[in-house]
Amino acid sequence: MNNNNTKLLTIVTEAALESRLINDIEQLGALGYTITNARGKGSRGLRSGSWEASANIRIEVICGPDLAKQIANHLQKKYYDNYAMVTFTSDVEVLRPNKFSD
Amino acid sequence: MNSIDPVIWFFLFGLFAGAMKSELRLPSQIYDFVSMLLLLTIGLKGGIELANQPFSTLLPQMVVIVGMGFLLPLFAFPVLKHIGKFNRADSASIAAHYGSVSVGTFAVAVAYMNTRGIEFEEHMALFVVLLEIPAILVGIILARGMSKETQWATVGHEVLLGKGVMFLLGGLFIGWLSGPSGVESISPLFFDLFKGILALFLLEMGLITATQLGSLKRYGVFLVIFGIITPLVFAVLGTATGLALGLSIGGTAILATLFASASYIAVPAAMRISVPEANPTLSLTASLGITFPFNILFGIPLYHWFASNGQSFLVLQNIGQ
Repeated sequence: MNNNNTKLLTIVTEAALESRLINDIEQLGALGYTITNARGKGSRGLRSGSWEASANIRIEVICGPDLAKQIANHLQKKYYDNYAMVTFTSDVEVLRPNKFSD
Repeated sequence: MNSIDPVIWFFLFGLFAGAMKSELRLPSQIYDFVSMLLLLTIGLKGGIELANQPFSTLLPQMVVIVGMGFLLPLFAFPVLKHIGKFNRADSASIAAHYGSVSVGTFAVAVAYMNTRGIEFEEHMALFVVLLEIPAILVGIILARGMSKETQWATVGHEVLLGKGVMFLLGGLFIGWLSGPSGVESISPLFFDLFKGILALFLLEMGLITATQLGSLKRYGVFLVIFGIITPLVFAVLGTATGLALGLSIGGTAILATLFASASYIAVPAAMRISVPEANPTLSLTASLGITFPFNILFGIPLYHWFASNGQSFLVLQNIGQ
């Protein structure tokens, strides 16, 4: 597999969605993910992370381009209307590409 | 006003610091720790007392409390929808917040009674759990109907295994199983430090409340009035329920406080998942920006007054007959 063909999908969203999103992402076929707490500001206002209702997370998934697109589309359809959510993909070079796709 | 509890000053201090845009903030892990300690302490105290209560007196109380938990949001919903002119989802979500309870407010009421040496039924902690849940279910049904889209298993998992309910229930069970002498060994952390922990918690609550004040201006007068009238009306219902159940004055006042309080942790989380189209800022502005400070500053002493007057009224009536 070509290194350049690996994508990093990043999702910044409300912490309340964590368990649901993990469920979705795994069901769509991602082999792993990384979650970090995040803070920031966007179109839905300041997310200060100081307590439950204003907590944000950043989920990162490394996968092939097709799956990245599939996950992004799914999230857009299911969550964009009602939740604070930003997703973007970038090309990444990883050391063991076979670790991130079937 | 020499009777202002120092913990209330901590809340006002947080509110002031937040309003002044100070850098002050409790690290979020500390906030988590402090709220965990409060929940466990309340649970433990309730559990110890639960062991002394015969189940035959407890069960009717529990049934009435759960019933009221289902009714309270149903009272609030039409007011929000027809007078407040909120859409269905927002009305349902705000109604759920007000039907449910705030553990922070409960803790302040407990501290208020302790400071004044007023006796109350410690097993009220059980009522906190019982009142927390029904409003969430009613809120979801009001917003959606009995829609197939609602994933009840997920909702149930969120609500029952959420932080608040789990810590309270865990504390209740441990207190119940250990009894008063068993809990003695851990009481320095949980009971002796209660007021200090509550002070830190309220400091953070003050800071959080301050962040809600900005949206207050945006959402206007109805929300402010609703945020003050609803707790008053619900407190009257709570006083009546407490007296009907034969609770002490302290217990009745605490039950009134529970009815009057609005959730800002369990319900927002559940509504975010189950009724995502409801605007979370609306309900949090009302419950945190208005009702929480109103209850801890003015409400609790007032509900205490409701309870003692309600009690004397009952006594007078009995003499009259």
